[in-house]
Amino acid sequence: MTKALTLFDKVWDSHVVRRIEDGPDILFIDRHFIHEVTSPVAFLNMDKRGMSVIYPERTFATADHNTPTIDQHLPVKDPLSAMQLQALESNSAKNGISHWGLGHKKNGIVHVVGPENGITLPSMTIVCGDSHTSTHGAFGAIAFGIGTSEVEMVLASQCIMQTKPKKMRIEINGQLSESVVPKDVILYVISKISASGGTGHFVEYAGEVFENMSMEGRMTVCNMSIEMGARGGIIAPDNKAIEYLKGREYAPKGEAWDKLETYWATLRTDEGAEYDIVHTFDAADIEPMITYGTNPGLGIGISKAIPSPTDVMDGQASYEKSLVYMGFNVGEQMVGKHVDYVFMGSCTNGRIEDFRQFAKVVKGKQKADNVTAWLVPGSQKVEAKIREEGILDILTEAGFKLRQPGCSACLAMNDDKVPAGKYAVSTSNRNFEGRQGPGARTMLASPLVAAAAAVTGVVTDPRELIN
Amino acid sequence: MAYDKFDILTSSVVPMPIENVDTDQIIPARFLKAVERKGFGDNLFRDWRYNSDDSPKEDFVLNNPVYSGKILAGGKNFGCGSSREHAAWAVYDYGFRCVVSSFFADIFSNNCLNIGVLPVTVSPEFLDHLYTEIEKDPATQVEVNLNTQKITMLSSGLQETFAINTYKKNNLLNGYDDIDYLMAMKDEIEEFATTRPF
Ligand code: SF4
Repeated sequence: MTKALTLFDKVWDSHVVRRIEDGPDILFIDRHFIHEVTSPVAFLNMDKRGMSVIYPERTFATADHNTPTIDQHLPVKDPLSAMQLQALESNSAKNGISHWGLGHKKNGIVHVVGPENGITLPSMTIVCGDSHTSTHGAFGAIAFGIGTSEVEMVLASQCIMQTKPKKMRIEINGQLSESVVPKDVILYVISKISASGGTGHFVEYAGEVFENMSMEGRMTVCNMSIEMGARGGIIAPDNKAIEYLKGREYAPKGEAWDKLETYWATLRTDEGAEYDIVHTFDAADIEPMITYGTNPGLGIGISKAIPSPTDVMDGQASYEKSLVYMGFNVGEQMVGKHVDYVFMGSCTNGRIEDFRQFAKVVKGKQKADNVTAWLVPGSQKVEAKIREEGILDILTEAGFKLRQPGCSACLAMNDDKVPAGKYAVSTSNRNFEGRQGPGARTMLASPLVAAAAAVTGVVTDPRELIN
Repeated sequence: MAYDKFDILTSSVVPMPIENVDTDQIIPARFLKAVERKGFGDNLFRDWRYNSDDSPKEDFVLNNPVYSGKILAGGKNFGCGSSREHAAWAVYDYGFRCVVSSFFADIFSNNCLNIGVLPVTVSPEFLDHLYTEIEKDPATQVEVNLNTQKITMLSSGLQETFAINTYKKNNLLNGYDDIDYLMAMKDEIEEFATTRPF
């Protein structure tokens, strides 16, 4: 009998070019995404060594991290950002790599445009110099973030060296309650296993909750796998994944596609396959979530109070430091907390379904006066859909403006910075100190919770506004 | 990226007993706007190290002249978050050659190994002992021997073995990097590429 394998094993093993004894595997990379921040040094080193890009057609470049989210038709003001964007463009042109710069119809956040254009496919290995590359795991790909030295390796050899991670399974069964969305599911999981609970592992998400989830929801979940320390997350590619990708520009067509479909159907974890760790949760226990601390593991159900240090898996000193930074105290309720900024966007929650959720809450209401809201679509295509579907009208009537695509306040490399000491409810993925600007205080939440905060000006349970 | 070989390092240690130190703290995003690898050491722990007017924060360990050395000892889950290799560059450029912790985030530790910084994972007990010894004497010396894979507190003699795979160990001992290895197997890779369905 052959050994029972997990989905992860099947995809990983099919990409091993060579195994080094007591060393890493040499892993072939099917798709490589690059952006302006983590690629320039890689190209520079390649030039120094006189190396060229081995398979330019396997690499795709998009400008996203550093880009302004207004007036994108004008020259980029910040000279350093402009230089990085220029470097991406010229390095791509020189090496024959597709490049989607500012204003390009396919431009957007790298992890939004990959699936949107059918570049991401099940059974692929996908890397990018950005840790949220794990997003693409939603399609049954092995996808993870890499450093700049590795970007160089992939450009030069289409391979990287990686030790095979251990395997973790996260299974959630049952029905999610009203107003509990994929972002809540993943924030809940991270709060249960901590910001380091997945370190050294690759996660497979399984169970009814993920089976019933839309592809965009699955992307939100896989996106944040890294926030529990995992290398990435993967979900078996079912019909939903296939339907989502079929016919997209870069997806194979005709017979080639049919053959792939047959292959992808075999990508299921075998009966009896073993994991190093298995976590099981019940969907009914999850409510809309919000974070109160400075790592994504410090989240709670929105109706709850900030726990005492003995109830969290963080070291006491770090936990106290975290609450001091946030200006919060143990025992306080999250509902009712003052909000200055709302950020709706990022590769976690910047897709059309996210904007639909946001619009559902703000429809017929008005933006709170004390809130500055940044609504940033994940890509040009998402922006076009927001207009087409009439969502822009709903947002405009409620007093919101839409910005242009990019990473924006997710990492605040451009001008979208939350000022020191101010509170932001953010649909992005990291609440680290200063992530959204020096001194900024971030509360991570779903688009529904963000919308509720945007119209009330305080942290609000979206269930109170929806029904 | 070429770097200096690593063999035996004997040094005092800079203690940073904070858990979940993420790479946004090690190097904040606004300092990633370079197209060259230059000057990252100056911005290592920028927002913990300097006030907004660029004056040093006196209570931060890197600003305390009592502590120095080529080894940084951080708390559990060191280097979590963003995959930016700039974090490892900043650590290296500042002058650290080795980071000790009871637990490293994966991407950070990979990035370190790729650029010539040795991440040494020790037991939580060893780390506690290390912090206590530094508290007694900030100049206390630690020896990291890559060949024997041993880390030793020279003051107390407490010693632990640390893990590192043979391949990476040889790279560090010799100052090699992965690219040389990969370029040498180009034919094998090209043949493999023909078997991919897309
Ligand atoms: S939106 Fe944030 S997490 Fe996503 S790619 Fe951009 S910076 Fe990275």
